[in-house]
Amino acid sequence: MASLAARRAKDTAIKAISTGFAIFAIFLLAWILWTLVARGLPALRLTVFTNVTMPPGQNGGLLNAIVGSLIQIGLALVIGGPIGLLCGTFLAENGKGTKIGSAARFVNDILLSAPSILVGLFIYQLLVIPFGGFSGWAGGIALAILVIPVVVRTTEDMLNLVPVGLREAAFALGAPQWKVVMLVTWRAAQAGIVTGILLAVARAAGETAPLLFTSLGNNSWSVDLSRPMASLPIAIYQYAGSPFDDWVALAWAGALLITVGVLLLNIMSRLVLARMK
Amino acid sequence: MDATITTAKAGALTPIDQAKPTGAVADPIFVGALWASGIFVLVLLGLIIAQLFEGGLPALRHFGIDFLWSAAWNPVTENYGALVMIYGTLFSAVIAVIFALPLSFGIAFFLTEIAPQALRRPIGVAVQLLAAVPSIIYGMWGFFVIVPLIAAYVQPPLIDWLSPIPVIGALFMGPPLGSGMLTAGLILAVMIIPFITAMFVETLESVPPMLKESAYGVGATTYEVYKNVSIPYGKTAMVGAVMLGLGRALGETMAVTFVIGNATRLSASLFAPGATIASTIANEFPEAAIGSLKLTSLLQLGFILFVISFIVLALSRALVRSRLD
Repeated sequence: MASLAARRAKDTAIKAISTGFAIFAIFLLAWILWTLVARGLPALRLTVFTNVTMPPGQNGGLLNAIVGSLIQIGLALVIGGPIGLLCGTFLAENGKGTKIGSAARFVNDILLSAPSILVGLFIYQLLVIPFGGFSGWAGGIALAILVIPVVVRTTEDMLNLVPVGLREAAFALGAPQWKVVMLVTWRAAQAGIVTGILLAVARAAGETAPLLFTSLGNNSWSVDLSRPMASLPIAIYQYAGSPFDDWVALAWAGALLITVGVLLLNIMSRLVLARMK
Repeated sequence: MDATITTAKAGALTPIDQAKPTGAVADPIFVGALWASGIFVLVLLGLIIAQLFEGGLPALRHFGIDFLWSAAWNPVTENYGALVMIYGTLFSAVIAVIFALPLSFGIAFFLTEIAPQALRRPIGVAVQLLAAVPSIIYGMWGFFVIVPLIAAYVQPPLIDWLSPIPVIGALFMGPPLGSGMLTAGLILAVMIIPFITAMFVETLESVPPMLKESAYGVGATTYEVYKNVSIPYGKTAMVGAVMLGLGRALGETMAVTFVIGNATRLSASLFAPGATIASTIANEFPEAAIGSLKLTSLLQLGFILFVISFIVLALSRALVRSRLD
């Protein structure tokens, strides 16, 4: 074995390198945020929120994209939220130890990390082709499929933190299962379940790939769910790759908006989680 | 928690007024909905696989199994193959893991052993926020910030020094474009570091303190305990964590699309533009008409990507097994 001095030197060196790596990771986050602020903030004028997307040079905004994103995220939440909540409850209550429960947990873990672009292709095949075109519905449903696994996982984890005694007390009073779950277990895990939903919104808000083949994007004002619908990520994608300076600037403004929103949602949910554990 | 037992109990408690048990109607509906949602998730995965397979079937019929190892991608002659994209998907993901792994080991070491207690949470959260940044933001940052830097400062010296060397020189051939396999791999590395690090930290925190203290007791340094006690203890789960990172990198779309260069040619060089399955689908889809051979080839690519990701993610989960089953 090497001498004590050599081992200590090695220990110190590795500690220094590891600390350096951690600082580097934070530096990368700061670098990304700085890039967004430096390029996005100057472009973030009031017209970004009041004007719809327009041809280059005409002082367009992102209003239709922002509204379109909100509508599709809302739709994803309305569809994916309840399914995710029920499935998470199933995994934590009835499905425990059953074959279907284990299989559903496994499949949910796969869906959680599966490439989101494939969800877009799936909805394209399932809804866009048979129903004659790109639509806000298709975009919202594609996002719902990304929302479900996030909600399932956090709901299950949070329900598992609820003491069994609480459930047993409710059952002992003669409460049926639906009452025990809805009035006791869900209520006890309320904050955690809300966290899962916030995380799911954050995930859905930043996704671009699944919307490419579902809601497609729309350069004019439209809140009709049966027609192609604009969204912030798609507008960013379209503008960032364009040769026009004002479009690229708008893309940075949109990128700043989306990132700040997503990071705030994440920090908020982490604060709630930290208080629960 | 069987529904029939609880309703029977509820019934037994109210024998006098002959009232119906409170859960007699609602409970079967509620429990049915719970089971249905569990089964729904299973059906959903099945549907995704079936739809992608069905959509890609015409391409498979037309090109046969050769589609898998044909390097062609020619919209003019309508000749398509998956080799270039499969290669690009695996190559860029492996580059990402090679860069992400040492960093994740270091950051996890820092977070579990070095950082003062008060700093662990905030720094851990900051690292995790890297995972929350949307893929398209990585794409823009990569395209507008990282690509020019690599083209100006990283590629020219590497090309000058390394490309004359036989064999490994082939990895460093080509013009300094900035975009390409290496850049895609680097951006992907940043994106998967938080996933790998989080699972490393979780695993390392589950190492019994007694084991570590025994090693400290015989005079081991912090690093020696990390390397000889903690890592061997969590080895299996840590391999699973790396697989999860790999699985994530394989399917990443927007970030890669911005920086990989989108060339459907096969090249051994790290600096050459390439394509992954996901980037090809995102790029070429707008030019693929309904019912065209190109569209079904893209769907077939999607099916292949799904199969690759499924295998990697399933392996990862089997290795980690951190969750109840």
